[in-house]
Amino acid sequence: MTKLIIDGKEIDVPAEFTLLQACEAAGAEIPRFCYHERLSIAGNCRMCLVEVKGGPKPVASCAWGVRDCRPGPKGEPPEISTRSPMVKKAREGVMEFLLINHPLDCPICDQGGECDLQDQAMGYGVDTSRFAENKRAVEDKYLGALVKTSMNRCIQCTRCVRFSAEVAGAPEMGATGRGEDMEITTYLEQALTSELQGNLVDICPVGALTSKPYAFAARPWELGKTQSVDVMDGVGSAIRVDTRGREVMRILPRINETVNEEWISDKTRHVVDGLRTQRLDRPYIRDNGKLRPASWQEAFAAVAAKVKMSDGKRIGAIAGDLAAVEEMFAFKDLLGQYGSTNLAVQGGDAFDPKLGRATYIFNPTIAGIEQADALLIIGANPRKEAAVLNARIRKRWRTGQLKVALVGPKADLTYDYDYLGAGTDTLNDLASGKHSFTEVLKGAKHPMVLVGAGSLSRHDGAGVLALAAKVAAGTGALKDDWNGFAVLQDTASRAGALDIGFSAGKGGLTLAQMTTFGTLDVLFLLGADEVKVPDGTFVVYIGTHGDRGAHRADVILPGAAYTEKSGLFVNTEGRAQIAARAAFPPGEAREDWAIARALSDVLGKKLPYDSLGALRQALFKAVPHLMRIDQIEPGKAEQVKALAGKSGKVDKSPLKSSVEDFYLTNPIARASAVMAECSRLAAGRMLTAAE
Amino acid sequence: MSVRRLAPKELQPASFAFTDENLAWAKAQITKYPPGRQASAVIAILWRAQEQHEGWVSEAAIRVVADMLDMPYIRVLEVATFYTMFQLQPVGKKAHVQVCGTTPCRLRGAEDIIKVCQSRIHHDPFHLSKDGNFSWEEVECLGACVNAPMVQIWKDTYEDLTKETFGKVLDGFASGNPPKPGPQTDRQFSAPAGGPTTLKEST
Repeated sequence: MTKLIIDGKEIDVPAEFTLLQACEAAGAEIPRFCYHERLSIAGNCRMCLVEVKGGPKPVASCAWGVRDCRPGPKGEPPEISTRSPMVKKAREGVMEFLLINHPLDCPICDQGGECDLQDQAMGYGVDTSRFAENKRAVEDKYLGALVKTSMNRCIQCTRCVRFSAEVAGAPEMGATGRGEDMEITTYLEQALTSELQGNLVDICPVGALTSKPYAFAARPWELGKTQSVDVMDGVGSAIRVDTRGREVMRILPRINETVNEEWISDKTRHVVDGLRTQRLDRPYIRDNGKLRPASWQEAFAAVAAKVKMSDGKRIGAIAGDLAAVEEMFAFKDLLGQYGSTNLAVQGGDAFDPKLGRATYIFNPTIAGIEQADALLIIGANPRKEAAVLNARIRKRWRTGQLKVALVGPKADLTYDYDYLGAGTDTLNDLASGKHSFTEVLKGAKHPMVLVGAGSLSRHDGAGVLALAAKVAAGTGALKDDWNGFAVLQDTASRAGALDIGFSAGKGGLTLAQMTTFGTLDVLFLLGADEVKVPDGTFVVYIGTHGDRGAHRADVILPGAAYTEKSGLFVNTEGRAQIAARAAFPPGEAREDWAIARALSDVLGKKLPYDSLGALRQALFKAVPHLMRIDQIEPGKAEQVKALAGKSGKVDKSPLKSSVEDFYLTNPIARASAVMAECSRLAAGRMLTAAE
Repeated sequence: MSVRRLAPKELQPASFAFTDENLAWAKAQITKYPPGRQASAVIAILWRAQEQHEGWVSEAAIRVVADMLDMPYIRVLEVATFYTMFQLQPVGKKAHVQVCGTTPCRLRGAEDIIKVCQSRIHHDPFHLSKDGNFSWEEVECLGACVNAPMVQIWKDTYEDLTKETFGKVLDGFASGNPPKPGPQTDRQFSAPAGGPTTLKEST
C-alpha cells in the first residue's frame, strides 16, 4: 500500500494502482475517453490530466502509476491535485482540441443524451471555437449489419480497436494513417465477425459507432428502462430493456461482474426486432388442416375435448429454450393431476435431476473461470453457445495462466487450444488417464472440465455426460474447495427445468420417446420449436412466435415473450434470476403461467394459485433454493462422483456443438430481420473460408 | 500529409510472392526476434516487399506479410499506412523522385526542383508521368542539409542540385544510365564547394 495525498486528502492505495484509480478511490471524478477499466491502457485522449506536485506539466492519470510518483523533498507522500486551476486549464485545452474536428451534429446524433463527449464538454468545454480553418472530414466505414459509423465524430480513443483485439478476440479493427488523417476501420472495410461487436457501440464514448438497427429510433430520455436478464443463451446476462410505450426499442447490458461483466452478445442485444414480428397475438385452431383464428374459449374447449378423450398417461409436455420456470412448474402440476410425468425440456434427455444439481450446472461458476488454470472443453463451441462466457475464458487465457484443450468440433474460439480429438475415443483415453492432457489437468490447481450440453442431445448423451464426469473425477477437478465439473447449458430454460424436476418421472416418457410415433395423444409444447412431433399427436403450442412449433400445432395459445412477463430463469451456473416485465404481450396473448391456470380451470383440474405471487410461493415451497434470487445453490462434488460411476459404453461418433448458426437459435431470433442479415453475412464468410 | 489509401482494385496484382532469395532473407529477419515476437520484423519485411514489387506495396503483399508474421491483416495495413516510406500507389518504373522540401533545401532552391518535377513528370505528386516511368513526391528532411537541395531516388541521394543538373539526373534515369549519386557539382561529399577553405597549410 502506498500513501498519497489527493486533493488534500490522504489515502492509502495499492502500489499497482494507476493515478486514475487512486483518484477515484479518493472520491475524485476524473474525466476520460480512452481509458476503460476492462481494456488495456492507451493514454491517448489526455482528458484525465491531473497535477502531480513538483512536476512541470500535468500527467495523464490513467497511464501513470502510483509507484511512479515521487515523494516530496522531506519524504512526505506525493501530492496530487485533480481540481487545481492548472488541471482545469489543461483539460479545457484537451477538450478544445477534441472539439476542433468534432462536428456539431448532436441534434441528429444517436449518441445524443448518453454521450461522454457531450457530458464532459459541459464541464470542460468552452462556448466558442477559436478554430477558423476547415474541419477534417472522414469517410464513413462499413462495419457490418450491426455497427453504424459516423467517422467525423471519431476522437480516436481506440477503445474499439482494443476491444476487438482484447475482449472479442477478433482483431479486425485498426487505425490506419496517422496524425490528422488517422482513421478507424476494418481491413478493407470487411464486416466484423465477432459475436460481441454490439459492445463496440457501448464502449464508443462518442457517436462514431452507433447501433445500426436502432438508428434514429428513439432518444434515451424518452425510454422506459427495465432491469432484466437475457434468455438467448444459458449465461443469463444482465440486461436493461428500453421501451417506448408498448414497444421494446433496444436492449443494453447491465454490469454484473459475476456473469457478463458489462458485455452482451449480439443476439442478446439485437434480437429486439424479432419481438415485433411473426408474433402470435390470438389463439388459433386447426380446422381441416388449416389454422384459423379463434377465441380463447374456443381454443380451450378444443384442448379440453381432446384431453378428456385421452388417457392421462398419454399426455405430455415439452418445454422450449425460452420457457420460464413458473410456466414449467404450472404445467408440471397440471400434468401431475392426470398422473402424467411425461415431461421434458429440449435437449434435457441426457440429464437426470435426481442425480443432483452438480451434474447439470456450471459448478466452477463463470467468475470462477478466472481462477482456472487448465480447461478441457468437451463437445462445445463456447463462442457460439455462450459468447459472453467465452470472452471470460479468453480473458483468463490472455493472462497466460490457462491451458485449454478441446475434444469435439474444431472451431475458432478466439484463443489457442490443443486439439485432442473429435469424439468419445479421446474422451475414453482421458478418462482412463492414457492421454497426455490428463497430466496437465492433474497438475493444475483449478482444473475445469467443460461439457457442452448441446453435444449431449444424442441418444447416448447421458453416457457421454457420465464419461465427462469420470474425466473430471479422475483428474482432480473435484476438490474440497473447487468443483471443476462445468456443464455449459446453451439454453435459458434447461437448468431451471431440471431444478424443478421437469423431466421424465417414474414411468414417464423422455423427449425422444414422446416424439416417437404413437406414444402420446396430446402434447403441450411450451415454446418448443426444435422438436419434431410425429403425426397423430394432438399438439397444443403455447408460445410467442409463428415458428416451427406453431406450424405443427393443432391449437395455438399465444404466450408472452421474455420481455413481457416476470419470470424466473436459472442460468447455466444454477443462478436463479428474475426477468422483469418491460412491455405487454401483443393482442390477446397472455402470460404463460396464466394460460396454464386458465386451462386447468376449463379442464376441471384447477391449479391452486390465482396469482404469480401465489404460484411462486408454491414453487419456492417445492424448490426452496429458487427463492434466493441472484444466488447460486452449489452442487455437491459427490453428485458428480456418483455420475462418474455410471459411465458405460458410448458410441464412437464425433461430438457436435448444438449451435450451428449462432444468430438463429430460437424462435425470436428467427423472426428477427437483423439476425437474418447477420446470419447471411456469417454464412458468406463461411463460404469464402471454405474456398 | 493526406489520407493514404491502398491503390484501387484495378491496379492491384492478384497475388504476391517473395522470391526465394527474399524469402530466405525475410526468414532470417524473423529469427532476429524472440519467438512470439515475430511481428517486430514487419517493417523490414514490408520494405523488402516494396522493393521487390516495383517500389510499392500491394494489398496482396500486405496479406502475404501478415500471414508470414501471424498478424491480423489490419495490423500490417496500419503499419503500411502509417509510414510514408511505404508507397501504396504505383510509382514510376524508372524513378520515384523524393524531393526534400524542408527548410534548408527550400532555402537553397528546392522549389525549383519541384517545378522541374511538375513540368517533366506530373503536376501533382504521386502521379505517374505519361510514360509511367517517373513519379515524384515531396518529403521531409532526408538529412543531407549540407548538400541542399537534394532528392532521393530509390536508395541513392542526388545532391547540390540546380534545375539543370536535376534535369540531367532525370535524363540519366530515363536513358537507363543514372549519374553517380552524391553531389552533382565538383564537390567532394560535403566538403566545401570549390575546394578546401581551411587547413590548407601543413605545418
